Amino acid sequence: MWICECGILQDVSLQCAKGCDVVFASCLSACRRANMAASGCRGVRSILWKYGSYGNNLFVSRSKMVPQLPLRQIYVASSLWKKNLAAAGPQKFTQEFIDKQVEEFEVGKRHLANMMGEDPETFTQEDIDRSIAYLFPSGLFEKRARPVMKHPEEIFPKQTAIQWDAEGRPFHFLFYTGKQSYYSLLHDVYEKILAIERHQDKMRNKGLFTSDTKQILLTGSRWLLKEEIEENLVENISVQDYMRLIQLMELLLSMPYCSLEEEFILKFRKQLEVQSSKYEIPALQYDPQGVAFSVADGRRKSAKASITLRDSGSGNITINGRNYLHYFPVLQNREQLMFPLLFVGMMGRFDIEGSVEGSGHSAQAGALRLAISRALLSFVSEGEVEKMRQAGLLTADPRIRERKKPGQEGARKKFTWKKR
Amino acid sequence: SRPPSHNIVPTSLILCATYHSEGHSGQYYTLPPTHIQKLFPYGLPPRFQLQIKTFNEGCVMVRPPALELISYLKRADYSKPPLRYVLYGDIGTGKTMSLCHALHYCYSQGWLIVHVPDAHLWVKNCKELLPSSSRPSRFDQPIQASQWLKNFKITNERFLSKLKTTQRYVWTKRESTEKGQPLGELIDQGVNRMKSSSDVVGAVLRELRLQAGGATEGEGAFKLAVAVDGVNALWGKTSLKKEDRTMCEPEELTLIHNLRKMMKNNWSGGAILTALSQTGSVFKPRSAYLPSELLGEEGFDNMEPFVPVSVSNYNEKEFESCYLYYLDRNWLQHPHSRSEEGKKELIFLSNKNPSILERLCAFL
Repeated sequence: MWICECGILQDVSLQCAKGCDVVFASCLSACRRANMAASGCRGVRSILWKYGSYGNNLFVSRSKMVPQLPLRQIYVASSLWKKNLAAAGPQKFTQEFIDKQVEEFEVGKRHLANMMGEDPETFTQEDIDRSIAYLFPSGLFEKRARPVMKHPEEIFPKQTAIQWDAEGRPFHFLFYTGKQSYYSLLHDVYEKILAIERHQDKMRNKGLFTSDTKQILLTGSRWLLKEEIEENLVENISVQDYMRLIQLMELLLSMPYCSLEEEFILKFRKQLEVQSSKYEIPALQYDPQGVAFSVADGRRKSAKASITLRDSGSGNITINGRNYLHYFPVLQNREQLMFPLLFVGMMGRFDIEGSVEGSGHSAQAGALRLAISRALLSFVSEGEVEKMRQAGLLTADPRIRERKKPGQEGARKKFTWKKR
Repeated sequence: SRPPSHNIVPTSLILCATYHSEGHSGQYYTLPPTHIQKLFPYGLPPRFQLQIKTFNEGCVMVRPPALELISYLKRADYSKPPLRYVLYGDIGTGKTMSLCHALHYCYSQGWLIVHVPDAHLWVKNCKELLPSSSRPSRFDQPIQASQWLKNFKITNERFLSKLKTTQRYVWTKRESTEKGQPLGELIDQGVNRMKSSSDVVGAVLRELRLQAGGATEGEGAFKLAVAVDGVNALWGKTSLKKEDRTMCEPEELTLIHNLRKMMKNNWSGGAILTALSQTGSVFKPRSAYLPSELLGEEGFDNMEPFVPVSVSNYNEKEFESCYLYYLDRNWLQHPHSRSEEGKKELIFLSNKNPSILERLCAFL
């Protein structure tokens, strides 16, 4: 860092804005030279002090320098001059910007509908997603990394507008609590509690007080999580605050006439998803001969298996047309096949006919085992089903081959570590 | 000796093989140790040899294929050309064991045994392959030939002095065997002089062919049993290479050539017992087990007509017998294997295949 003789701070570069020559010959200078000269920048700063010069990789040759001033150079890291991005916080968007984005989104939606040949009026978000997936097919595994076109509300994080007027006076009366939305929410809830109590008193006075009023259905839903409430209020609350809020809501719910505020309460409850991934027991079908059989599938890694389990058999197992002894010469795989039948205790009872493809022999054996367990569900009682589930026979093994990462040999193996 | 076992199926009956019949199917009989030493120096499957060593006795299960074979042997007419019997079946079902059982029967009847324990050993992994001394286009295998001659000597000792050569054989400029010499000398010639051992084998086989049905009276009469295990090696491919790195054909090997001549039924007074084998075979897929697949076209044409005898996995009774035998000999140490569920597991895991069952029980 140098100050050239005209007193202007200069960095690595050569020429001070005013034109005095400070030629710089460090290894960095060559590229910087081009940049700096082109921009004629003043951002380049070098401090040349009046003491002696001691620079390792700087050497300055100057022409036209004032010779009698001794120079000392002080090192200051260039990171000082860079903008501290982390301190700025999350990126702020103005309201006009958001409005403009919304406009553009609407226009873009209509364009997209026209492109896809559909009616712009009835073009829903699902249609948008479908069209984008069609127009921009992406092979990325992370769904959130794929191209997406959604309403700006969902993309840009919610931000609070300016909460005080031109004179600096805040709009909201609870501004100076620091968490104005949270405390105002608490106030609202308490208002509602008071209103219900007044309603109760009125009914008592009229003599129509009953305890068995319509109750709010709370099954199948849960309270919103702290993160979700923070998202709604657009401000951070602590764990104790959250618990206080839930306590108040519970208090509201405990009152007999809470059904008056049902709509308000349900805003703070989230419906739980229906368990759609629960496996149905395959139906027991009957042969023309009257023999019971059931069909089931199973998967493991990338092997897919499908079997037919026939009753009143003698324990023959045929896989892909071959005997299981030939198809699985390895003992471990045959043990895998045996385990569901052994567990349920129906070893010699069934004939199994199966087809399997993909992956390797162990994965195929695992897929067959899952398929056999699932097919057995229809022959077995409820208690046994639970036991099988606890034994892990009905769980699909989620392990899959881990991806190789760049900078490493494999999924986990690193390149040889060299100390220097 | 052992205390008598309490099993329902008696595990070992020391029966002479002549008395085996269908009623004994599933039961074990003991091979006398002297017979094992003489007859089967290398004939038995290696795992069975280990079992003999462990149990201190060689017990063989009497099974339908062997019984069938023995019954054919009993009823055959030995003035006619020999019948060819081919034991075929899946891997590990007991072809070699049945062959050995039938061979033991022949031995106890006093036949002369020509036993090739595994013909595949002659078509692969031969360290030395010499060009033949007698014929230019053929190759000799001195090690295998001399080994076989030694075994032959051990097995058929009593015949060696009785049989005489019918012609003069010249081995080298200085060595020859005169006409009328006992066979023993011929064999010694082969054992001592490795270079000409393959030709000696050929000569021995020729002598036996000529003399087998020849004398039907008195002392000279004998019946010849030719037993070849892995007979599909004779017509398959070899994994041997000549000096110029081309593959060797089976005909170019002296031993194979002579053995093929043996397989033809242009002699009389004996029987040809063979068994196919996929495990030692060269370039054959694992799923092949039928005669047509393993012998190939050429082999099938050569072997035809033959009597096929199929060997399969144990049935219920045989499995039961084997299981009780192992229990009896305390081979199944694991406590669970002695229970009913353990038995069911064994049935499932081995699918009643004899060799798989044996390997399974070995670590229990």
